[in-house]
Amino acid sequence: MHKVSINFATIIVATVIATTSVFAAGNIVKPEKQNWSFSGLFGTFDRGALQRGFQVYNEVCAACHSARLLHYRNLKEIGFSEAQVKAIAASKEVTDGPNAEGEMFQRPARLSDRLVKPFPNEEAARAGNNGALPPDLTLMTKARVGGADYLHALLVGYKPAPKNMKLGEGMYYNLYFPGQQIAMPPPLVEGGVEYADKTKSTVDQMSRDLTTFLAWAAEPELEWRKRMGVKVILFLLILTGMLYGIKRKVWSDLH
Amino acid sequence: MSNSKFKNPIVAWIDYRLPVFTFLEHELHEYPTPKNLNYWWNFGSLAGIILVIMIVSGIVLAMHYTPHTAFAFDSVERIMRDVNYGWLIRYIHMNGASAFFIVVYIHIFRGLYFGSYKSPREILWILGVAILLCMMATAFLGYVLPWGQMSFWGATVITNLFSAIPIVGDSIVTLLWGGFSVDNPTLNRFFSLHYLMPFVLVGIVVLHIVALHQHGSNNPIGIDIKSPQDTISFHPYYTIKDMFGLGVFLILFFGFVFFAPNFFGEPDNYIEANPLVTPAHIVPEWYFLPFYAILRSFTADALIYLPISWLMSAKLAGVLAMFASILVLFVLPWLDRSPVRSARFRPVYKQFYWLLIIDCVILGICGAKPADAPWTYIAQAATAYYFLHFLVIIPLLSFFEKTRPLPTSISEPVLKGSGNSSIVASAKPMEKA
Repeated sequence: MHKVSINFATIIVATVIATTSVFAAGNIVKPEKQNWSFSGLFGTFDRGALQRGFQVYNEVCAACHSARLLHYRNLKEIGFSEAQVKAIAASKEVTDGPNAEGEMFQRPARLSDRLVKPFPNEEAARAGNNGALPPDLTLMTKARVGGADYLHALLVGYKPAPKNMKLGEGMYYNLYFPGQQIAMPPPLVEGGVEYADKTKSTVDQMSRDLTTFLAWAAEPELEWRKRMGVKVILFLLILTGMLYGIKRKVWSDLH
Repeated sequence: MSNSKFKNPIVAWIDYRLPVFTFLEHELHEYPTPKNLNYWWNFGSLAGIILVIMIVSGIVLAMHYTPHTAFAFDSVERIMRDVNYGWLIRYIHMNGASAFFIVVYIHIFRGLYFGSYKSPREILWILGVAILLCMMATAFLGYVLPWGQMSFWGATVITNLFSAIPIVGDSIVTLLWGGFSVDNPTLNRFFSLHYLMPFVLVGIVVLHIVALHQHGSNNPIGIDIKSPQDTISFHPYYTIKDMFGLGVFLILFFGFVFFAPNFFGEPDNYIEANPLVTPAHIVPEWYFLPFYAILRSFTADALIYLPISWLMSAKLAGVLAMFASILVLFVLPWLDRSPVRSARFRPVYKQFYWLLIIDCVILGICGAKPADAPWTYIAQAATAYYFLHFLVIIPLLSFFEKTRPLPTSISEPVLKGSGNSSIVASAKPMEKA
């Protein structure tokens, strides 16, 4: 009895493992694992990368993509001074109102405003982008399988299409996009951004900086969370150790 | 009153009028518990503590959440970004749901292994299955609230299941939706019910504990308490053991909350719900995957569907099978007629027990995969085996299994385990304590 059931179980498990490896491939290419400043138990966001990443977002991505969950005030958290953030905000116009006369009016953005969207609504965004809708970027690293690794792989993953593949009208070949056809033109070009801190703006550099910025945009609490986590776990380890000691003591009179 | 057992006059005064202290004394201190409970017995109290954590964190979240399709997703993000410690509260609630199911599933499989569902604990077990059903409903309703893509499409798929019911099916679906698709009225009633269900759950848990305290805990060797020598008081022995278990649990739990808060989640749920865009794969939360696999395994060409194909549609068969997979647990005490509770003395049952666990894991894997070959075939075989286990193997084992001899008392194997068996076993009961 014993032997039979064990063999049965082994066969089932082996079948499952074998089929998993065959069917994991599909049309999705697994992105390479990167070493991010914010990964690991003690990871923190590289401040330089965050600010450069914001510059890439602001000068390149923001032409089509919104980041609607961020407020300008949030940018102070990545090391910009209040004056810098005010200047960034003031360069954009927002509609406010109605005023005392009942009219809507335009004014420069303030710290309390959300990052200004490039298009007023979905229809306008589609009309401006060949029918495709550029997704909001605030939660991008949390909203895609593979997270930051996937995002970086995608940004640097544009390649000439294989000869036997016919691309759709206005589509681009990207190895890491599911189905390998993406409506977004390659967004990053060598030297496309002139970094304020004189870092050389290669495509790889810009992609890493942007991904770091978007990882922060998705999880602005990450550093606080990990710092608190270390303290909480250390506390619990000590507490649980003590509880174990008391348990041993209480139970000792039974044995 | 003067001869009250409480020395503190205030305690004595209160207890004379409202016997809460007598109750606590009776249920904690005098409550006899088998002395041989192992760490698998920690998971009941642990589940109760998680229920409290879920209710407290949930009440705080409800203060900041907006149950409206236009604001729900953003209000959750506002909790994550602008509410003080909002991210912590939400991650506790989110991971708490997964932790609750892990703990409860272990608790259930503990009961299955040691035969805790057998006489006289049938109603205790039935109440436990009712708790599981109630938890599943609560978890499903709660998962819809953040109004992400998986919230919306999960709700659409699951509510649509009811349309398989003959005649009244479509009316039931319209009633659940509050309209003709999953929309704002659906979100509103789901929020209301998600707030209600945990308190129903508390009610059943109280009954579960009352039923438990009637005959006390089962134990790893599954034989009845024979003498006071077999028992110890719940407090302080099991209170401290439960506290230590809680500590270990919290280390693991907060490990996820602080360092991998989205481990159990689905990335698609960080995309706002969009009725016009269907996700590539609609998958439920991990704790529903085995049931989802059972549901999907009834296809028109499935071998397991053939015997009932003249009676009902494949869709209805799948829905019924999914519910039956839990309902079968209600009658388990009567399917298993073996007088021996613990699998330690049931060598054949023990093998099938582990096969059932493997079967459930396979069902879970199948539930996460797209409904294509070979997964559909594996799921169909695993579904068939699941019901075979409960409806055929368990009843047959009751009659044909040759069980091993049971110890005469709980104390006997415990004492043998302590090394100098010959001396201790011959000691008088009172000398032991």
